[in-house]
Amino acid sequence: MKVVIFSTCVVDMLFPNVAKAMVEVLERFGCETYMPMKQICCAQPTFNSGYVKESRHTMHNEIDALMGVDADYIVGPAGSCVNMLKELPFHLKDEPDYQAKAKQMADKTYEFSQFVYRVLGIKNAGAELDAVGTYHRSCHMTRLLGERTSPFVLLDNVKDLKMEPLPHIENCCGFGGMFSMKEPEISKQMVNEKVDDVLSTGASVLISCDPACLMNIGGRLNRRGEKITIMHLAEVLNHNVDMSRVTFVDSKEGALV
Amino acid sequence: MKTASMIRNSDHDFLTRVKESEQDKFAQKAIASAQDAQWVKREGARQELGNWEDWRNLGEQIRQHVVRYLPDYLEEFSDNVEKNGGHVFFAQTDVEARDFIVELAKKKQAKHVMKSKSMVTTEIGIDKALLEIPGLDLLETDLAEFILQEDDWDEPTHLVFPAIHKNRDQVREVFIKKLGYEGDNDPQHLARFARKVLRERFLKNDFCITGCNFAIADNGWINLDTNEGNADLCMAIPKTQVVVMGMERLVPTLKEAETMDNMLARSAVGQKITTYCTFTNRKTADETDGPEDFYVVILDNGRSNALGTDFEPILQCIRCASCLNVCPIYRHIGGHGYGSIYPGPVGSVLSPVLEGNYDDFADLPYACSVCAACSATCPVKIPLHKLLVKHREIMMDDLHQSQLIEDAVMRVVGLGTGHPSLFRPALGVAHTGTSVIAKKNPQNVKNLYEDGKHLSWMPFVFGGWTKERDFPDPPAHKDGFRKWYKTHKPVEADPKVAAHTAQRQQEIKAEKAKRGEAQHD
Repeated sequence: MKVVIFSTCVVDMLFPNVAKAMVEVLERFGCETYMPMKQICCAQPTFNSGYVKESRHTMHNEIDALMGVDADYIVGPAGSCVNMLKELPFHLKDEPDYQAKAKQMADKTYEFSQFVYRVLGIKNAGAELDAVGTYHRSCHMTRLLGERTSPFVLLDNVKDLKMEPLPHIENCCGFGGMFSMKEPEISKQMVNEKVDDVLSTGASVLISCDPACLMNIGGRLNRRGEKITIMHLAEVLNHNVDMSRVTFVDSKEGALV
Repeated sequence: MKTASMIRNSDHDFLTRVKESEQDKFAQKAIASAQDAQWVKREGARQELGNWEDWRNLGEQIRQHVVRYLPDYLEEFSDNVEKNGGHVFFAQTDVEARDFIVELAKKKQAKHVMKSKSMVTTEIGIDKALLEIPGLDLLETDLAEFILQEDDWDEPTHLVFPAIHKNRDQVREVFIKKLGYEGDNDPQHLARFARKVLRERFLKNDFCITGCNFAIADNGWINLDTNEGNADLCMAIPKTQVVVMGMERLVPTLKEAETMDNMLARSAVGQKITTYCTFTNRKTADETDGPEDFYVVILDNGRSNALGTDFEPILQCIRCASCLNVCPIYRHIGGHGYGSIYPGPVGSVLSPVLEGNYDDFADLPYACSVCAACSATCPVKIPLHKLLVKHREIMMDDLHQSQLIEDAVMRVVGLGTGHPSLFRPALGVAHTGTSVIAKKNPQNVKNLYEDGKHLSWMPFVFGGWTKERDFPDPPAHKDGFRKWYKTHKPVEADPKVAAHTAQRQQEIKAEKAKRGEAQHD
């Protein structure tokens, strides 16, 4: 199947290893990947900051770029940005042409863990990671995209990875795009509490499906001098892979899409 | 529409308030543990219903319907209040509402006035106005409000737990200083003492003011939910009762009131229903207690600013405060941080709407990380986080209220992210620009900083980030994902998995086609 890589601006600019890992995992599972070089950003930074007019061009550009390839799916490594793509039809309601295109785009767009578990039907991706991990559940992926299951299933099946539950998993890490820059005092308190919760688990690896949250929590961990490894789920699933370990979703569980 | 002027409850600017909140470690801890405890209770109470999402949909429908047909329901309700022998006064502003009640209290020669909790009476600033009447004494009867009143009218910090920021020692101090209390700090002893003071006062009460949880249109009754019975005691003795309500607090019939009470109690305090759930109106001929003079003050005070706009859903609010109980910002800055009598997410949306401009509350829409916990918990499905972004849009796009540099930066971001020809060189420039200020060491977190460097300082609005956190140093163009992708050789697919994937794709296609057909049936 043909899959367009929705790299997201944060990953594209700052975390190339996340996108590389995602591409490698998908290709290993039989996906033909395409990376439209015209893509930039889902428009969330400007839209959520209130620069809605400014964000129109960004939305148009992203739709044109990602829909420029006639692919079966669009897959991205960030729950928040994927959710923004899903919301574009609402934001473009006054522009019928773009809205129709955005609707088609939204229908075939998936967040990485969702795509692996729900579309490809893979339960065990064959990876191995000898560590104690904890998972940061991002707000947009959980509440807006509604994905509460896929990452947990995939992580529970990683060989030798022991997952510890994160206290206050429901609370925001304090990133919130411009929020972290405009209200650093409040944001700092939020991320500090998150860091305390992460450390309380004793985990050696913090895992998430949202690179921006990892950048925030990781940035604070680094400033506080804490030694910890931070990984995106795609990097975990790309770690020491042995394809003989791969298992599929039981056909009795039905189509999960 | 005249703007609401009494909802601002602090003279300090937002940043000062945030700093004050951060220093109040007790309040921060109290709020965090209250939030955690509420989470468990609330989710438990909701789960008992089994189908909470269906209830939310129903709650949303009821409230949307009322807001859409507000003039009709207001007319029906006020007709029925009059039919029952009561009186209705429509107040367009806080001043009108306040003046009406003050004049009424003077006319009735009220001496002992009691209030049962009501946010709206705080909104119109009735307490201080009544206290200016010579010879009149006034008492708040909700235990928390009573404590705040005795503490020289300290400001409430929560919609349903107004004194959440005070501990038992602080309460004891207030009681010793103001009421001659001599006991210890045991909450039971403190509550018993307060009850004694209040009970004695209830008997002298000749004029009461209450709020209103829901006003029932088709019979002219009002519905009050309390856990202390203070509203019932307030209403039982005096000859005159004044009910003050926001103009949106209507439900069509008793049936919808029952539904909303059920959802309110579960959302607000994690109970199936509040201990007292009272329906009342003017005393009828065969009743032995209740007010002979029954007045309802229906307040607009900026609410109609929301009608017909994107902010209309805020009028669905039933003041359950569950958005405060999940908000991570509220968790850290507490009620006083907001500077409005309506704190939390609902207050951040509502305050500028009531005010009719962004003079006093421009910071509040930004005091939000758009985590959407509020929208997800709201029993009547107000899209609170979206409305906060809407406020930002109006301030930035329509009113251009941004600071100069930040505005320029964001417009450059808008430009850069909208045009590939500008973004591509920006990837390279960003690296060149930052490599100068990148720090090599110490680096603690593994994997995040792939080239072993991070930034501890950034200019402009981005400085807010590096004030508290390190930022990854963008990798050089040659190490970027795009460069890698262009030259990488696709990973060979595993035949077994690829076969499964291909088969699964066929199944999904078939499933989708089936669903498509079903839709046409």
